[in-house]
Amino acid sequence: MGRYLLRRLLQLVPVFIGTTLMIYSLVWAVPGDPFAGKCGDRACPENYVAAMTEKYHLDEPFFVQYAIYMKNLFMGDFGSTWSGRSVNDIIATSYPNTLKLAAVALLIEAVIGLTAGVLTGLRRNGFLDNLVLISTLFLIALPVFVVGFVLQWLFGVQWEIVKPTVSSEMRFTELILPGFVLGSASMAYVARVARTSIAENRRADYVRTAIAKGLPMRRVVGIHLLRNSLIPVVTLLGTDLGALMGGAIITEGIFGVNGIGRQVLRAIVTKESATVVSIVVVLVLVYLLMNLLVDLLYAALDPRIRYE
Amino acid sequence: MSDILVSEQSAPGADGSGRPSGRLLEVDDLRVEFRTRDGVAKVINGVTYHVDAGETLAVLGESGSGKSVTAQTIMGILDMPPGFVTGGQVRFHGKDMLKMSAEERRRIRGEGIAMIFQDSLSALNPVFTVGFQIAEQFRIRRGMSRADAKKRAIEMLDQVKIPNAKGRFNNFPHQFSGGMRQRAMIAMSLALDPEVLIADEPTTALDVTVQAQIMDLLGELQRERRMGMILITHDLGVVADVADRIAVMYAGRIVEEADVYDLYAKPAHPYTLGLLDSIPRLDEKGQQLRTIKGLPPNLMNIPPGCPFNPRCAMAQPVCREKLPPLLQIGAGRASACHFAEELVNRD
Amino acid sequence: MSDPSAASVVSTPRPENPTEMAPATPGQPEASKEKPRGLLGDAWRDLRRKPLFWISATFILIFVVMAVFPSLFTSSDPYNGSLSRSRVEPSGDAWFGYDVQGRDVFARVIHGANASIVVSLLSVTGVMLIGGTMGIIAGYRGGWVDALLSRIADIFFGLPFVLGAIVILTTFNGAGSDNSAWEIKGLVIASLVLLGWPVVMRLMRSSVLANKEADYIVAARAMGASTSRIIIKHLLPNCLAPLLVYGTIMVGSFIGAEATLSFLGIGLKSPVVSWGIMINEAQNYLRPSPFLLFFPSAFLVTAVLSFVMLGEAVREALDPKLR
Repeated sequence: MGRYLLRRLLQLVPVFIGTTLMIYSLVWAVPGDPFAGKCGDRACPENYVAAMTEKYHLDEPFFVQYAIYMKNLFMGDFGSTWSGRSVNDIIATSYPNTLKLAAVALLIEAVIGLTAGVLTGLRRNGFLDNLVLISTLFLIALPVFVVGFVLQWLFGVQWEIVKPTVSSEMRFTELILPGFVLGSASMAYVARVARTSIAENRRADYVRTAIAKGLPMRRVVGIHLLRNSLIPVVTLLGTDLGALMGGAIITEGIFGVNGIGRQVLRAIVTKESATVVSIVVVLVLVYLLMNLLVDLLYAALDPRIRYE
Repeated sequence: MSDILVSEQSAPGADGSGRPSGRLLEVDDLRVEFRTRDGVAKVINGVTYHVDAGETLAVLGESGSGKSVTAQTIMGILDMPPGFVTGGQVRFHGKDMLKMSAEERRRIRGEGIAMIFQDSLSALNPVFTVGFQIAEQFRIRRGMSRADAKKRAIEMLDQVKIPNAKGRFNNFPHQFSGGMRQRAMIAMSLALDPEVLIADEPTTALDVTVQAQIMDLLGELQRERRMGMILITHDLGVVADVADRIAVMYAGRIVEEADVYDLYAKPAHPYTLGLLDSIPRLDEKGQQLRTIKGLPPNLMNIPPGCPFNPRCAMAQPVCREKLPPLLQIGAGRASACHFAEELVNRD
Repeated sequence: MSDPSAASVVSTPRPENPTEMAPATPGQPEASKEKPRGLLGDAWRDLRRKPLFWISATFILIFVVMAVFPSLFTSSDPYNGSLSRSRVEPSGDAWFGYDVQGRDVFARVIHGANASIVVSLLSVTGVMLIGGTMGIIAGYRGGWVDALLSRIADIFFGLPFVLGAIVILTTFNGAGSDNSAWEIKGLVIASLVLLGWPVVMRLMRSSVLANKEADYIVAARAMGASTSRIIIKHLLPNCLAPLLVYGTIMVGSFIGAEATLSFLGIGLKSPVVSWGIMINEAQNYLRPSPFLLFFPSAFLVTAVLSFVMLGEAVREALDPKLR
């Protein structure tokens, strides 16, 4: 177990270095003038150029710059915006909101996706099955900003069931609609994976054994069938949590949630590349670590998988 | 033994079966077909056999002969669809199980009739420990506490001679060797002390040396517990020591039923003869191994007459026209061959 | 089912799901009737009977014609705006109304097809070529080549789709850049390809690995066929089916991705006409003029669904077990 974890962490290192190197070089090295268009529409203020040049050692060779940047990153200094606000601060205020939204989305997709998947997996080719197949196809195919706007318009504007945007208090009821939008595609994946998995395992020998043992049907399905079928679903949900924690740029934008994704979008709109890079690097790191966790989770759920 | 059972039985004919008998488990003219997109396969075409307490019936046949499907129908674990029971009865203590409610049937499973499967690796749930899967029955069916159930489960593992039963309680199926896993499977099937045990090819997936150990264990447990046992196999070599009676199946029918000694000594069906001949024998060293030529019939299109006739060395014109019924040809033995008498009486 | 790309561009690519990769079960022994048909012939026979296939194929045809000859559908100018008719509701003159700047919405959604179709088709072609080549090399050569290519793919795979595209596009297409329409399209295509190829590479790699040791390949090698011949004549035709299915679905995903990037303001930009840009411009008028949002969304959704459904239909035809 310990060795497996170590090996996975070591595998992560080149990927992380590659990713950050790419992002870093795209922002600071590729354009001829590193400050072209980095401070909005005006030219960058003299003192900003000076400060940044010093902070990022832009007068040094590229790899030295990168090394210093990485050193700062590991010291816990994620950099700062051109107005001087530290990126750590931005993350500290907005990340909890992103996590809240992610939790609601994950809850919704797990509950709805699983219910739909289990029901259709047990009873295939009925009306419900076709309904779920078609609606999941829609949810998977549609870009999230279309789903977001359409639902926002329907529920928020047309029927006025919910407020179209989320207040700064982030109440649970306000988060249901954005959570649904954010989780919609994954909900469809969860439903489909659960359906396939249940349908495949339903005829498995061990299910037959459980029936032959004279266990009540609800135990056969609820314990023996479900426990096996849920392995891929839980893995999927874990991977998705990783993606959700990377921020929901579009959903947060549509519903006005003050999360990390919104900060990235704001930084894009105000053209602050340094901020964009800093946040994106953090998010990529979170994403990679979450994927590692999912692999561990998978091994924990399926005793047949051994850590090597 | 069967005398005792008569007294326990419900009033004769009360369930409409009409033919009360002292039998523990009877399969009576069972018919099952599989309806698939490509057509209807008649998998079981009137199978009749029975097993009493304390005896072992071996059901012998090639794959596709319907021996496993019969067992699955008895257990009520046949996949329906595509399987459909189109006729016959399965009587347990004289009561037709096919007419029982799902709940009644469930109660019989495990306690009345239990089953051992061929491939213990896929038949055991991969994500639960072996101990959990045995203890589960005590908890769910007997309402025992977790601790009591665990104690009983370890006793069961001990009974099937798994060394260090206590230590292996928390092992997962894949952590067992094939033979040990099959032992665990046997422990699981015996947990609720069933009256009938159906063993579906219990040793096919095992090494030859382990096969003998498992068969010995099964025979021992069957005698100790005075269970009725249905041993399903395609391997004549396996059954000789354990079985009391043998029923040979071909194309969804019983073609011969006999006492194990009679059957080995004087088979009354050419198919049985062929099976016996295909066992390699030490005293015939150097001779070519005999096999039955041809293939089993396509169950979607069973040939008219005796289903075995295209492969039968003795086939006569009548065999292509008339289906031979399973007829009594002596004490406790029956054959479905037009020439059964001649077969038995030849030297 | 588990299309691991950017069908929904916000959720990031996910690793191939274990259940989806379950090996095909041996299946029922084929009833021997008729003469044996090839897998493709079988699939085509199956496909012809599916209404879903014909519906989506028809829509795709319409969208392609729309992209090439927009003037067949409308004679209005999609660029010519007059503020006097800003946000005028749909009428007989302009079926879909006029947008904020008084431009004909119908003409704009028709002309918008071009950007979506061109960008997505070119991106998918690029992804197929690069990802496919890399996958074949990695799978066929194995060893350190495989390890190196797989790690490179991991780097791009580890990048959440939208975030990755943001970084690339803000660098080359950010403020102060005055790229021409074609340069912008090229940049969007490049970033889609850059972020999309690892998925195809993995697909192709596992497909090659599965086929590499097959008897017919070993036989061809034993008979002295050259590597390139083995790959082109033997390996490729057998790995192509899943790739084509995936490609079809990917066109749909990339239409959505292009719209998303344009919507975020980092993809295509005015004066290029694109459904994503139209939705972006409409979002501030959700309450007074919902039709501004409705029409481009409807076109976008139909286009995406047509490709995804076509891919699903073909996939189901190729692998009946899924149903």
